Amino acid sequence: MYAFEYHRPSSSKEALDLAAKKSEGKFLAGGQSLVQAMKLRLSSPSDLIDLGSVSELKNLKVEGNTVLVGAMVRHAEVAASPAVQKAIPALAALAGMIGDRQVRHMGTIGGSLANSDPAADYPAAVLGLGATISTHKRKIEADKFFKGLYETALEPGELITQVSFPAPKRAAYMKFKNPASRFALVGVFVADFGGNVRVAVTGAGACAFRQPDMEKALAAKFAPESVANIKVKSDGLNNDLHASPEYRAHLITVMAKRAVEAALK
Amino acid sequence: MSVKVSMKVNGKPVSAEVEARTLLVTFIRENLRLTGTHVGCDTAQCGACTVHMNGRAIKSCSIVAMQAEGADILTIEGVANGNGTLHPMQQAFKENHGLQCGFCTPGMVMNALDFAKGHPNPSEKEVRESLEGNLCRCTGYHNIVKSIVAGARAMAASK
Ligand SMILES: Cc1cc2nc3c(=O)[nH]c(=O)nc-3n(C[C@H](O)[C@H](O)[C@H](O)COP(=O)(O)OP(=O)(O)OC[C@H]3O[C@@H](n4cnc5c(N)ncnc54)[C@H](O)[C@@H]3O)c2cc1C
Ligand code: FES
Ligand code: FES
Repeated sequence: MYAFEYHRPSSSKEALDLAAKKSEGKFLAGGQSLVQAMKLRLSSPSDLIDLGSVSELKNLKVEGNTVLVGAMVRHAEVAASPAVQKAIPALAALAGMIGDRQVRHMGTIGGSLANSDPAADYPAAVLGLGATISTHKRKIEADKFFKGLYETALEPGELITQVSFPAPKRAAYMKFKNPASRFALVGVFVADFGGNVRVAVTGAGACAFRQPDMEKALAAKFAPESVANIKVKSDGLNNDLHASPEYRAHLITVMAKRAVEAALK
Repeated sequence: MSVKVSMKVNGKPVSAEVEARTLLVTFIRENLRLTGTHVGCDTAQCGACTVHMNGRAIKSCSIVAMQAEGADILTIEGVANGNGTLHPMQQAFKENHGLQCGFCTPGMVMNALDFAKGHPNPSEKEVRESLEGNLCRCTGYHNIVKSIVAGARAMAASK
């Protein structure tokens, strides 16, 4: 790991002031992606601005029909929250499927979204539920957030503060885990808002994306058979030693069908 | 850049001047000379470096020491009872032959201790899921799972 300067601000304002001054600096959340990348020298920020003491980013609450998750809320907290389990059970379940126990104790939603790993789980929920990502200066709709491989709509120095998820009528997330890394080989999040259905896929492309054919079919009839025969094109899907694009395309249909089945239970 | 880092480790306040890039596991092993916490992979896969930070199991190779500033850290050295007798979870590993070479064991025990707090009578399936972040190259896991089931029950019984 290359050397860096470490900072521990106690408010977002202080963190943003530091970020404005240190153009080669980076925010540090749980460190579960960033510290790994720094050890491999894939990332070499001049400064780390640790958000660990910024308490205003740690709120988790449900207000009416909306689940509000602060950027520094850990995956384990979302998974274990009775309020989230009640409002959007699929979101709590998804958080409980990320990585392993130790990773879930450190990793945060803000870090996961800013990182936008192509195989990360949260992007499927954010896109599938049509969440809104708040930063210190604007609100970004889920549909405009994910831009490509490890690429998001965030500008340099922009701080995610909170993510708000509208509660659907029913939803479910199905993940085909890469057995070694536990990341999603393919994950599909299905949400029914009563006629309006959203289907989001992670693990298959450069970043999470929606599947409009399935959304239309499920809006007409929310049942597993509506998606069972939809063939997804493999063009542009990820190709690596774990799975071919054709296999990933096939898994999207299988996981979507299972997600609809689970949502109906 | 050097920084001053302070935390509590196994109940004792400790502090040192370290380079900012010092990992928590490096601080524990090299500064504090507590070498029970192991480094198996250094890439967040194996869990041999698991310690508790404020009561929760984390991988100490995956955070910098400064992220634990002010925190309460528990390592395997702080687990046995003050009089030197084994903690019920350690005893369960011993009785169930839950280790062979023992390299993964400190991490297994630390993760199991945190898991058992919320699962006084876990099923084998729950235990296997809880071990997703820990690798063992010797045992085939079977006896580790048995140990953790027994250890969790013993912990609940001794409350
Ligand atoms: C063994 C292992 C298994 C894993 N398995 C999975 C899995 O199955 N599914 C999954 O989804 N993820 C998985 N992860 C990744 C994990 O979820 C990470 O926690 C997450 O990707 C990053 O979160 P973090 O809080 O650790 O962020 P960090 O690593 O601290 O930061 C990541 C990036 O986000 C930026 N950032 C952090 N917070 C903010 C903010 N508030 N505003 C703007 N930018 C910010 C940082 O500057 C950095 O660039 C795994 C990780 C490990 C080590
Ligand atoms: S050494 Fe930390 S997970 Fe392997
Ligand atoms: S006992 Fe040897 S690695 Fe687990």
